[in-house]
Amino acid sequence: MKSTVLTPPAPAAHPPQIAKAKTNYLTADFGWKSWLFTVDHKRIAVLYLVSIMVFFLIGGTFAILMRGELLTPKGDLFDADTYNKLFTMHGVVMIFFFLIPSIPAVLGNFLVPIMIGTKDLAFPKINLLSWYIYLVGGGATLYVAISGGIDTGWTFYAPYSSTYANTNVAGAAIAVFVTGFSSILTGLNFIVTIHKMRAPGMTWFRMPLFLWAQYATSLIMIMGTPVLAITVLLLALERTFHIGIFDPALGGDPVLFQHLFWFYSHPAVYIMILPGMGVVSEIVACFSKKPMFGYHFIAFSSLAIAIFGFVVWGHHMFVSGQSAYAGFVFSFLTMLVAIPSAVKVFNWIATLYKGQVSLETPMLYALGFIGLFTIGGVTGLFLAVMGLDRHVHDTYFVVAHFHYVMVGGMVMAFMGGMHFWWSKMFGRMYPEAMAQFAAVVIFVGFNFTFFPQFILGYMGMPRRYHQYNVEFQTLNVLSSAGASILGMGFLMTIAYFVWSLKWGKPAPQNPFGAKGLEWERAPSPPPTYNFEEGDKIIVTEDAYAYTSEEPAVIAAHEVKK
Amino acid sequence: MWKDFPFYPEQASTIAQPVDLLYFFLVAVSAFFALLISVLIVVFASKYRASRPNPVSAHIVGSNKLEVIWTVIPLGLTMIMFAWGTVLFFDQSRMPPDAMQFTLTGKQWMWKVQHPSGQREINDLHVPIHKACTFTMTSEDVIHSYYIPVFRTKQDVVPGRYSQLWFEATKLGTFDIFCAEYCGTKHSQMTGKVTVMSQEDYERWLSGAVANETPVQAGERLFTALRCITCHNATSTARGPNLAGQFGKEVELASGAKVIFDADYVHESILNPTAKTVTGFQAGLMPTYQGQVKEEDILSLIAFLKTYGATTPAAGAPAK
Amino acid sequence: MSDHAHSTYGLVHHFDDLEQQKETGTLGMWSFLITEVLFFGGLFGAYAVYRSQFPDAFQVASAQLKVGLGAINTIVLICSSVTMALGVHAAQKGSKNGIILGLIGTLVFGAAFLVVKYFEYKEKWDHGLIPGYHFNSHGTFDSLHAGPAQMYFALYFVMTGMHAFHMVIGMILMFWLIAKARKNYFREGHYALIENFGLYWHFVDIVWIFLFPLLYLVGAHSGAGGAHHG
Repeated sequence: MKSTVLTPPAPAAHPPQIAKAKTNYLTADFGWKSWLFTVDHKRIAVLYLVSIMVFFLIGGTFAILMRGELLTPKGDLFDADTYNKLFTMHGVVMIFFFLIPSIPAVLGNFLVPIMIGTKDLAFPKINLLSWYIYLVGGGATLYVAISGGIDTGWTFYAPYSSTYANTNVAGAAIAVFVTGFSSILTGLNFIVTIHKMRAPGMTWFRMPLFLWAQYATSLIMIMGTPVLAITVLLLALERTFHIGIFDPALGGDPVLFQHLFWFYSHPAVYIMILPGMGVVSEIVACFSKKPMFGYHFIAFSSLAIAIFGFVVWGHHMFVSGQSAYAGFVFSFLTMLVAIPSAVKVFNWIATLYKGQVSLETPMLYALGFIGLFTIGGVTGLFLAVMGLDRHVHDTYFVVAHFHYVMVGGMVMAFMGGMHFWWSKMFGRMYPEAMAQFAAVVIFVGFNFTFFPQFILGYMGMPRRYHQYNVEFQTLNVLSSAGASILGMGFLMTIAYFVWSLKWGKPAPQNPFGAKGLEWERAPSPPPTYNFEEGDKIIVTEDAYAYTSEEPAVIAAHEVKK
Repeated sequence: MWKDFPFYPEQASTIAQPVDLLYFFLVAVSAFFALLISVLIVVFASKYRASRPNPVSAHIVGSNKLEVIWTVIPLGLTMIMFAWGTVLFFDQSRMPPDAMQFTLTGKQWMWKVQHPSGQREINDLHVPIHKACTFTMTSEDVIHSYYIPVFRTKQDVVPGRYSQLWFEATKLGTFDIFCAEYCGTKHSQMTGKVTVMSQEDYERWLSGAVANETPVQAGERLFTALRCITCHNATSTARGPNLAGQFGKEVELASGAKVIFDADYVHESILNPTAKTVTGFQAGLMPTYQGQVKEEDILSLIAFLKTYGATTPAAGAPAK
Repeated sequence: MSDHAHSTYGLVHHFDDLEQQKETGTLGMWSFLITEVLFFGGLFGAYAVYRSQFPDAFQVASAQLKVGLGAINTIVLICSSVTMALGVHAAQKGSKNGIILGLIGTLVFGAAFLVVKYFEYKEKWDHGLIPGYHFNSHGTFDSLHAGPAQMYFALYFVMTGMHAFHMVIGMILMFWLIAKARKNYFREGHYALIENFGLYWHFVDIVWIFLFPLLYLVGAHSGAGGAHHG
């Protein structure tokens, strides 16, 4: 062991279950250099956690400002240009700097090696590099935001973005270009780690489903992101050197931009949702105390979503000038990509059947995910059905759909995962009752914010509108009210998490009685090399090998000292 | 009471009700599954709660039969939705014959429409009821999208190419037009009103609105003024192909490829003449008109070429 | 290789054994190359779309390139791949000097490629073929072809520029590898780094093999380059 710092002797009354490692990865070394030059995947996960929370708060602030403007039909809070910049920056920040990294860079980085039974990821230095690249891209984006912002929408459609916008599009395009490599390197690391570094006995089909989800996500990360990179690079070059690639005046094709852009950005949404589904699988199995129903089907459905996700991008372009025959193919394939998600939902519910279900906070989020993702998913079908899309494309229906899957789905899963593994990461429990309350607040606030937007969309309110018709006001007010409730729920959660770092109850190694190497073999928090020295990891059980004699979850607050 | 809190816009076109029907079907299916899943979650979470007396987890790991069922049923439902929606979309994509032909140009931040009989409007649109209207549209700058919710239709308006949209209004009244593709500062102000009127009111409106010439007349005027006719005529020494009666027909190019003589072909040939030269004619003779013609002029020339060489006298005839 | 089983020279702490470490590195490089295929793939896609739309203009524009120089560069890069392969072979045999010679040879050929590239780019500059404000300042193209020709040259510069950028990165890395080789770093079978770098270099070579015909040989199949016919 590296460190010479010893923790003080534990109080005598501690049951052996709570014995901690002498030092853990947090206390192994101190000082800013030990953090900024770390190669420990767990420390890198924490670095990412702090960074993405900063961006989440920035993106969330933009959202609150937007919803403030939308309380009234007139554009009276901001001028049109400012509002256009707000929704653009909200999208760019939330998608590239919060959603895409979130679960992979925080929970994935922390858990993949431990769940697999090894000491670190395949390429620890590349892992750290990915964080630095993320910071550079994020810093560049903040610079663009502060120095005037961009107003193209996060979709950067040409020729507005390439020729007509008066904002720093090239800067934003370069920032996104750089950030993409953070994603690529993370994905590359996970793929190689999962292929090559599984502990003896950990066959592919004994892996926890979280790893299957991360693997599928990583395939998309390495294959999709490079196309985004080249697309924004071409955009930046066009902006800077006035080369006509997407500019019709020079024979360029603005619809080609859309094809190139969505070729990445559609699979990107699966980068965002698949890890969340992996988290939900882990939580549902643990809090049902039952093996996951249909393990193989869930594993393969993750791969199916990743693969099918690459061939459906044209469903964003039904009314853009794409031929109806191409649209026909894309619509059909989009129906196919919906099926694996439905399969997952049914399998999760079947896992609850005849289990021992307890509703700790992680489970509340997981169950919330299942319900809200179902709504988000089926409303995606509304958009994939061409005849309907002609009416609802570019309206608030789309906005509602993607917030249901991204916030009602992904953010819920992220919250659930953070609550589930918080004790593993930091050795402390969050306050359970307050957390359950916050989960309900978030669920209620979320639905009030986004459900009215389905109706607004079908009524015809277009998206990216700074001012709107008077008859849309009631639903907009409802939506903005919900947003403030949602915001309060998030702030509450961040507050008690931060509080728990210092004053939360010290956590046992396995507060929820879960199966899995991170629970059964790694202390909370783990030492730098994840497992106790001399603890040779050999896997003999399937994942989720809960038996019928398994005791129900012992809630952390019930653990008797 | 429901009138105060509508869930769908007025149905004012021939496709509004079919679209709404499909929508309600999807809403029903979605509601069913959302409800089913929520109920199952609540029931299972309560019936199989850990705090019940003598809790035991059953050791069930899967059921191939269930997997097949809950794969096939969603697949069947989605295929129905897909087929239904695709048929609707194709119907909306095929311009009906004998429709009134409007032309539309979008630009930051206004809509410029021209009626078949020549009247022009900015942002607003007057149409007769129960008449199919097709719009040939392009943009002068960035991508916009012409959206009329009560007609349940929209289409992106793209610079450098033409797109088309059609509707047949079924209800009198005044309704909203929105721009539905973000286009810059005044995107949310690029709106207008469409007024559906009876045939007589429409004709009365037409005579009140100033119309210099119909698009066909304008096109015929330009065909001479821009010297097109000096090469594109029926003489044996003509330097360019005779365009009479050619619109809509297949044309063979010097490279052997075949293209349809359509609006996009005309647009390209006017701005980039050597791109697709007809076989048997010398390439490089026709000069480009880039910078000399406006998009609206090209639309007029297209309107003219559609009628040029037709057996019935077309020029100047009022649109049906 | 098996006689190195007892040595743990070069084993990094988080791997169980050398075999796992080697396989991990190789899979990592292949995965990275997949991302590069997609990266260049986007450019090739854009090229395919525009070439099919403007075949004539692309032909006229491509005729501005000197096929001879492109052919020389192709041979040069193939030679650089040969020296690279020889270097990898030397590494497998444990020959320190062989590694260094192979890397130096590759560097020399790579530098030759870049020199030729410099002259090509300079010529474009002199003839007003850089896309942007000054494109066609020498009137090389008539107004009909100028627009799509600029598109061609935009793609030309981005594609060859990206390729050259990857080569420069490779060459910088080669200096680093030579330094390591001189310190006898690649002993006792610990040469995976050279092998994986070889994979990267061969990939860069293959990209050029695709670029050359697509950019330089556009008009070749339809007769003398630059003839005006429909």
